[in-house]
Amino acid sequence: MTAPTRGEDESQAPVIAEFVDTTKRFGDIVAAERLNLQIRRGEFLSFLGPSGCGKTTALRMLAGLETPTEGRILIDGQDMGDAPAHRRPVNMVFQQYALFPHMTVAENVGYGLRQRRPRMDRAEIARRVDRALETVRLSDFGPRRIWQMSGGQQQRVALARAIVNEPKVLLLDEPMAALDAKLRGEMQMELLSLQRVLGITFILVTHDQQEALSMSDRICLMGQGRIVQIGTPRDLYDRPANRYAAGFVGSANMLDATVQSTADGQARVALADGSSVTVFSAGDRAAGDRVAIAVRPEALRLSVSDSVDAGATGFAATITHKTFLGEHIECLLHHPVLGQLQVNVPRQAERSLPGADVGRTVHVLWDHGSGLILGQD
Amino acid sequence: MRIYATLVYLFLYLPIGIIALFSFSAGRSASQMQGVSVVWYGKALSNPFVIDALKTSASVALTSAVLASVFGTMAALALTGMKGRLRVLFDAMVYIAIMIPGIVIGIATLIALVTVFDSVNPWLEPLTGYRLSMGFASLTAAHVLFTMSLVIVIVRARIEAMDRSLIEASSDLGASPLATFWQVTLPLLFPAILAGFLLAFTFSFDDFIIAFFVAGSETTLPIYIFSSIRRGVTPEINAIGTMVMATSLLLLVLAQTMLRRAGTSKQ
Repeated sequence: MTAPTRGEDESQAPVIAEFVDTTKRFGDIVAAERLNLQIRRGEFLSFLGPSGCGKTTALRMLAGLETPTEGRILIDGQDMGDAPAHRRPVNMVFQQYALFPHMTVAENVGYGLRQRRPRMDRAEIARRVDRALETVRLSDFGPRRIWQMSGGQQQRVALARAIVNEPKVLLLDEPMAALDAKLRGEMQMELLSLQRVLGITFILVTHDQQEALSMSDRICLMGQGRIVQIGTPRDLYDRPANRYAAGFVGSANMLDATVQSTADGQARVALADGSSVTVFSAGDRAAGDRVAIAVRPEALRLSVSDSVDAGATGFAATITHKTFLGEHIECLLHHPVLGQLQVNVPRQAERSLPGADVGRTVHVLWDHGSGLILGQD
Repeated sequence: MRIYATLVYLFLYLPIGIIALFSFSAGRSASQMQGVSVVWYGKALSNPFVIDALKTSASVALTSAVLASVFGTMAALALTGMKGRLRVLFDAMVYIAIMIPGIVIGIATLIALVTVFDSVNPWLEPLTGYRLSMGFASLTAAHVLFTMSLVIVIVRARIEAMDRSLIEASSDLGASPLATFWQVTLPLLFPAILAGFLLAFTFSFDDFIIAFFVAGSETTLPIYIFSSIRRGVTPEINAIGTMVMATSLLLLVLAQTMLRRAGTSKQ
């Protein structure tokens, strides 16, 4: 477990939701283990991880749809204890939206307000429903039936149904999973601007690292029921805590190395083939330590000439695969000692690589300062 | 292939069709068509015995269908929350109740009720001046026993198809479990419950075998028809039969429509 990388002084907003040593077991299976996390008011936080990592369980415990086996959950300073879902000041957007098929769009949106005791005035409900529908740009759709709405529209109805209650925290359980790629992109932008306008705390569960990176103020990366790393998207991408984090958020080449010397958060390390590079080093390392190094595929460069710039280390490797991916070309290379390496070559850079085809041996250039030493798993 | 299918259908439905056809006969014979009229329908509907039997059948069917719908729905909801062997056991019992022939249910219910009545009446009668006997209540109870299983099976299928997250969404939006039941669960199950109700009504309304054993002094329409036939088949019987059949068919079609609607509203 890693402490939040964002310092306390950076975020003055009060804590709105908190996990304190929260554990959830289903029989013998530990779905979430000793979660400790503070979520601040107005923040956009994402739980990121593969399926079965405990991210949905964490969200459902906040909503009150699961009860923690151990530990506590606090919302706005109040211990939620065994409080059932209908007594919690949070609302959720469900993965398949869970819209009530026997009600119109407006009836769906007004459902939460109609449950309020003492009863809310009908005219007031109608007014708030209209405003919520307006917020999600569905003003004229109130009388429509749910099945008359497209997937994207249903998504927005689900959103309106949640935000109309002005929850302290809005929970989003993979809300974009059912949308096609283009619609997903639009929805992501819409969600972001909505969050800015409403100022409500958003907690998003997603397995899509791109989604988490582009939307979140902070990401809580989870794996096997535990929190692996908490930090800003840049933190997670640039300073992954361990192999798992480096591999899940973006892709990374992972290499074994030996520390030669350390200075000012940097370390000089020797790779298995004897070449040495300078990398970022967060922890305390001493000369002679065996460590794992991660370097992003886009941080490496290819060259067809033998000359190596002053600030880089280079080694020869053979191209085994080339995949065209639009904005870049993904190249897989084989090095007799280091094994497989992935290098992403931008479109513009491809032109300076005449003849760099599969089977050709080229130079892989590693700029000093790219890559970092990973913590222990 | 087509010819065989046609023959099978003819064999199944021709006798029924002929009864319906002959019910419009103007003559006295039940097996010959002599002119066309609705005179026998008029006769049947002005026969006080027929009307009485119809009333009995209708009220037994209505009462048992209402009870079966309520209990069946409750049981279906409870079974959904159940796990493991107990659930398998109850599931099995539900299906057995449907598969057991009516005559077995009739005899079994008769023996059970007679035994109970015989042991209860000796001390109930001196105390209250009232004695239990076969009649409306025993007939209704026997019908509920069977038709409840139909309702359970139909409602269960609907519950299984229902999206669990709808209940969670309702709860998340602040509705208590009871409020969720009235506003979400029940409206979504309603088409299935109604279909179950219609089937239960139809079954009870048509039933002869179970009624024959446990109706006591009550005469339902099928029992009336059966006893009249012993005195000879008249076009009046054809008319009554046709009316019963038409009612049942109508209700079955309604039930089917309900179930289909329940199926499509899922999306």
